[in-house]
Amino acid sequence: MPGAAVVRRGDVVTRTEVGPPVARPRDRRPHGPDGPTVVRRMSAGDRLRLGARGLTVRKGRTALSALGVAIGITALVGVLGLSESSRADLQAQLDALGTNLLTVAPGQGVLGDDATLPDESVAMIARIPTVESAAAVRKVDATVRRNDLVPTSETSGIGVVAADLDLLRTVAATLREGRWLDDATSRYPAVVLGSTAARRLAIGSLDGGVDVWIGSRPFTVVGILDPVVLASELNEAAIIGTTVADAVSDEDLPPSGVYVRVDPDEVVATRALLGRTANPAAPDEVQVSRPSDALAAQDAATRSFTLLALGLGGVALLVGGVGIANVMVVSVLERRREIGVRRALGATRGSIGGQFLVESVLLSLLGGVAGALLGVALTWGYATAQGWAIVVPWRPVVAGLACSLVIGSLVGLYPAMRAARVPPTEALRTA
Amino acid sequence: MTVVELHGVTKTYGTGPAALTVLHDLDLGVEAGDYMAVVGPSGSGKSTLLHVMGALDRPSTGRVRFAGDDVTAMSDAALSRVRAVHLGFVFQQFFLLDGRSALENVADGLLYQGVRRPERLRRAREALDRVGLGARAGHTPTELSGGECQRVAVARALVHGPRVLLADEPTGNLDQASGAAVLDLFDTLHEEGATIVVVTHDEHIAGRLPRVVSMRDGRVEHDTCPVPPSSAGVTS
Repeated sequence: MPGAAVVRRGDVVTRTEVGPPVARPRDRRPHGPDGPTVVRRMSAGDRLRLGARGLTVRKGRTALSALGVAIGITALVGVLGLSESSRADLQAQLDALGTNLLTVAPGQGVLGDDATLPDESVAMIARIPTVESAAAVRKVDATVRRNDLVPTSETSGIGVVAADLDLLRTVAATLREGRWLDDATSRYPAVVLGSTAARRLAIGSLDGGVDVWIGSRPFTVVGILDPVVLASELNEAAIIGTTVADAVSDEDLPPSGVYVRVDPDEVVATRALLGRTANPAAPDEVQVSRPSDALAAQDAATRSFTLLALGLGGVALLVGGVGIANVMVVSVLERRREIGVRRALGATRGSIGGQFLVESVLLSLLGGVAGALLGVALTWGYATAQGWAIVVPWRPVVAGLACSLVIGSLVGLYPAMRAARVPPTEALRTA
Repeated sequence: MTVVELHGVTKTYGTGPAALTVLHDLDLGVEAGDYMAVVGPSGSGKSTLLHVMGALDRPSTGRVRFAGDDVTAMSDAALSRVRAVHLGFVFQQFFLLDGRSALENVADGLLYQGVRRPERLRRAREALDRVGLGARAGHTPTELSGGECQRVAVARALVHGPRVLLADEPTGNLDQASGAAVLDLFDTLHEEGATIVVVTHDEHIAGRLPRVVSMRDGRVEHDTCPVPPSSAGVTS
């Protein structure tokens, strides 16, 4: 044979068989003249490492492109976390106050005139077996003044009511200072002020005895209430005993409202009975309401704001996703050479596409994790500042991470496809 | 044993009147242990020949076999596997990954065969020893000279024990001394039994090698050591 081939033709001498023999597991041997070619799939660890490598090369770009998703997830987790915390707070409040308080008030007659409740309505309501306690309040036509120099027409927005002694227990009110009315003080000129009423009258403390003027006589302030959540009208009231009220007012005082605390399991059934019981003659004129519903409605209103904020977070997330897609497309263009070299090393279209897909998912997930941490921190900080119970928003965190995972895979598909289509000859193209 | 066979290979780019035929009915065989140069002026078709020989591209017509396997009709994935198993590439511009050690770069040569990482690193260390860079395994490309980079690239190309090492202008980016060192390395590898194909326009380099295939206008103009037709022929 002509030429200068060192190895004789026909000899089965491959390079791997030259040099010191190296022990290798059989299946890892890439080929053999008489054995099948064995190529295993890349391990998941290798795929992850390869994807992560692309992110560590350009750290600044990685951080910036993950930012969009991070903002979106922060908004998501923060908003959901805050609303969850505030709801937990509300729930705690409702649990403490109970949702079994009902109020009975005279509505309007058929002609639009103000209706009244019959005098016996309180006693009749109290006789319903599922009612735990009932207390009436009666409006007194008088004004409260700090002293007798203030004209009697000055109301300061404070109403005077005469209350049954059971009122405090029924509405679950507490005293900031002093005492509630009792059998004795309800017969004498003594008054308990609602929290707002006390502030308007500039009464901070009861030390040394404080008087206010109701009608034409001084009343001793014996107590000041804490804010009453479920009967907020009491905050702006000066509450006196029923007996002394008759002395202040010339006329008979019909009940202007009855507070009813019922068995928590029988609220709905009892509510249906109250109208007929309070005013059998005109049940339609009686208004029965449940103050805790107002709190729940308030919650529903907050929830629609939450939805709006969630929508905004979703938009941020979407924009962040598009940003990642952009960066990845640019990255594919910049790395055509690297792709070519990898193809020459034996990468299939699938492994190239996979590399870029993993990269995009990791990028998005990076933003997701950062956003989730920030969102939790935000929730924690705000809840602490508000004195709410701290609720770690697990569900939003999990949802946020899942979102970023899905977004990363979706927006990574197109760049991955483009990367997979880069031809292997790209490696040898002379630039 | 013939490791690469090209039989009646034609490569045409484009269609219709604008079609450009770069390879014309080309027959070429590379025997195990061959140490050959493919030379020719630019436009002679040697790059395209390299694409076809490197399983980076398929011929328009004709047959290409690697170790007896006909790759003409292979899927892209199968062709990738052929590259991963049978071929090792050395590029003019090295194409090492910056910021990664020589060892990691070499280990990447085994990545697409599904070899697990500890095994990859072990074999990469062996390959670096073979090219005389065992002591510089931890250095990144920026810390290595051009010649050293190219030797790392050679280690990457042979770490998986390919049947053929394909080098595209391996000394094109190197100074005289570094280039000579790389060629010396090829000589040593060849003496150990490696099959090496060097594509170059440099007649001086070609002159060193035992077999020279000269290309002109998409045809083999001269082959100092043609593979007998009987061994390169189509067997079905």
